[in-house]
Amino acid sequence: MNNAAVVTGEFNRVVRFAWQELKPRGKWLTPFNVISIPIILIGLVILYFRFVYGIGFVTNLNQYYPLGIWIGFDVVTGVALAGGAYVITFVVYVMRMDKYHSIVRVTVLNGLLAYVFYAGALTLDLGRPWHIVNPIIGNSFGYNSVLFLVSWHFLLYMLTMALEFSPVVAEWAQLEKARKFLAGLTLGAVIFGITLSILHQSGLGALFLMAKPKIHPLWYSEFIPIMFFVSSVYAGLSMIIFEGTISHKVFKDLLGGQDHHRYEEIVLGLGKGAAITMFVYYFFQALIFVHEQRWQLITDAWGYWYLFEIIGLVLVPCFMFAYAVRNRNLGIIKVASVLALLGIILNRLNVTVIAYRWYDIDKYYPSWQEIVVTLMVVSIEIWVFRWIVTRMPVLSKE
Amino acid sequence: MDRRQFFITSATVAAGVIPNNNLKADNARKESKEFVGVLVDTTRCIGCRSCEVACSAAWGNFVPDIETDNALEKIRDTSDKQYTVVNRFNTEKGEVFVKRQCMHCWQAACVAMCLVNAMFKTKEGPVTWNGDKCLGCRFCMVACPFDIPKAEYLSWNPRIMKCHMCYERLQEGKRPACVEACPTDTLMFGQKRELMEIARHRVYSHPDKYVHQIYGEHEVGGTGWLYLSAVPFEQIGFRVDLGTTPYPEYTKNFLVSVPLVLFGVPAFLLGLSELTDRKKEVRESEGWTNE
Repeated sequence: MNNAAVVTGEFNRVVRFAWQELKPRGKWLTPFNVISIPIILIGLVILYFRFVYGIGFVTNLNQYYPLGIWIGFDVVTGVALAGGAYVITFVVYVMRMDKYHSIVRVTVLNGLLAYVFYAGALTLDLGRPWHIVNPIIGNSFGYNSVLFLVSWHFLLYMLTMALEFSPVVAEWAQLEKARKFLAGLTLGAVIFGITLSILHQSGLGALFLMAKPKIHPLWYSEFIPIMFFVSSVYAGLSMIIFEGTISHKVFKDLLGGQDHHRYEEIVLGLGKGAAITMFVYYFFQALIFVHEQRWQLITDAWGYWYLFEIIGLVLVPCFMFAYAVRNRNLGIIKVASVLALLGIILNRLNVTVIAYRWYDIDKYYPSWQEIVVTLMVVSIEIWVFRWIVTRMPVLSKE
Repeated sequence: MDRRQFFITSATVAAGVIPNNNLKADNARKESKEFVGVLVDTTRCIGCRSCEVACSAAWGNFVPDIETDNALEKIRDTSDKQYTVVNRFNTEKGEVFVKRQCMHCWQAACVAMCLVNAMFKTKEGPVTWNGDKCLGCRFCMVACPFDIPKAEYLSWNPRIMKCHMCYERLQEGKRPACVEACPTDTLMFGQKRELMEIARHRVYSHPDKYVHQIYGEHEVGGTGWLYLSAVPFEQIGFRVDLGTTPYPEYTKNFLVSVPLVLFGVPAFLLGLSELTDRKKEVRESEGWTNE
């Protein structure tokens, strides 16, 4: 009886506490809010039309371009950029490099939100989103489908990351027993999460293996899955550097007594990791280039576009990372991370949209509604991120 | 076990196994059903478009006004309103009319891509679509080498529209609506093996009339619909660069490696984490300070 009373009391406390925390804090007329609120409102109106009149009403999709930027950018690119979570949990929990421990929480949170919102954006693109449970429960399992595997892994990985992040939530809600229990599950969750990540990062590439006659031969090879996986490693690392730079400006006061020197060491370490993985990626691309005898393909505009991606946005940032790490130059590392991210975005868009049906005269380009909805998804994600970061012990441990 | 014993044992085992095997093979032969398909002899088609009308009428789709719409003036594709269209091509041997619809691949890319079996290869051969399962992800459209599945983009509840070889009519023992409607015997419905024999017979007995290729015999691993032509197939709107590999083969290597990763990687990571942990223990027990 007494126990029950304690539990109810505790429950009431948590609910009251959460309600308190829901209220906004600080000024709300910040430049970001002024830009993002109209975007979100317009986006919601667009989504109303999308769900009432159909996807074709607001997008430029047609019978030959079934996938637009809602898939090519939001999902395929967003998931690659969220790769940092599995890389960092590997480094900290499996390799036990404590140096990076201070960025685990924010990276996992970023990963979790990226999956919830960008993979969640998938539901906007589905023609019949109310059937989304079909691959998970029921009797319609397409076991031989790569998409089936990817959808399961999205779901499981989201749960895994939620589990990895849950100790922070427990700490915030002051549930000490729950925190200890959840923290005990972390290593298992991390190992499961890394495995799932390897499979669905590459699985996203494998989705396009059957589009062989439609993707320009410079972007199609049987190794797309491996390339997607390797590039997700440095995409994740670059994203951590990029986000860290912004967080350090915006949430300066939250970082508290964090040593700047230690942060510098972390960024240099991440830059080193990015340089090495990018070189591996570049080397692999070069091998495929030679193996498939692509010389005759690089003489036209598509060839230059390909070289721009591979040299300008892979090899150049790779050397910039290496140079910057050697000379301990954080500025160059930040520029390199932006270039590397652009390279990833370009690569994913090339496979899914730009070099897809390259032979067409009427190419697909996104409508303004598609762009607004994409910006809306990003804005809402940043809102939620900001809400969590200003309330839970994410950036600094208490 | 000596040699004598070994022979006796193996003979006994073999005697037990062999008839059993035969029995199984017999069962399999009885159960196996041949896929059906349609042979399209483009040399016979007069472009009357009766098949378009019959198809749309049978399935409640848009029925074209074939008398007045002059649709043959331009090359059309199947759409979310029509499962099949007839096109006119000007070739080295004059005008050729070609019907276009789902090819009903032996091993269909759309079926392999579909994560909920909404695209389904029936045991009779037609590839059908089930709206109660479909998520509307449209990856079947990405996968299909012939660009056949079409989505209803302007609907809140979009269907994937494609020819299903009149699967319901086949169940009732009838032929597909287009085959019924064809006045010139351009379309012939039957089992693929029989259709191949007929097609080869026509090519062999009129070697000047036909090109010596039956489109669909090997393309993308073989299709249910077969085409005969008087001119090379690239002149009448067919892609000839699709290869003969069944499309699901392209993802096979990836899918095979999945269980390896799923079990191998956790084992490796657990071991690795255990090793990194031991190092720390050793360091601590030997009194080394960290850093």
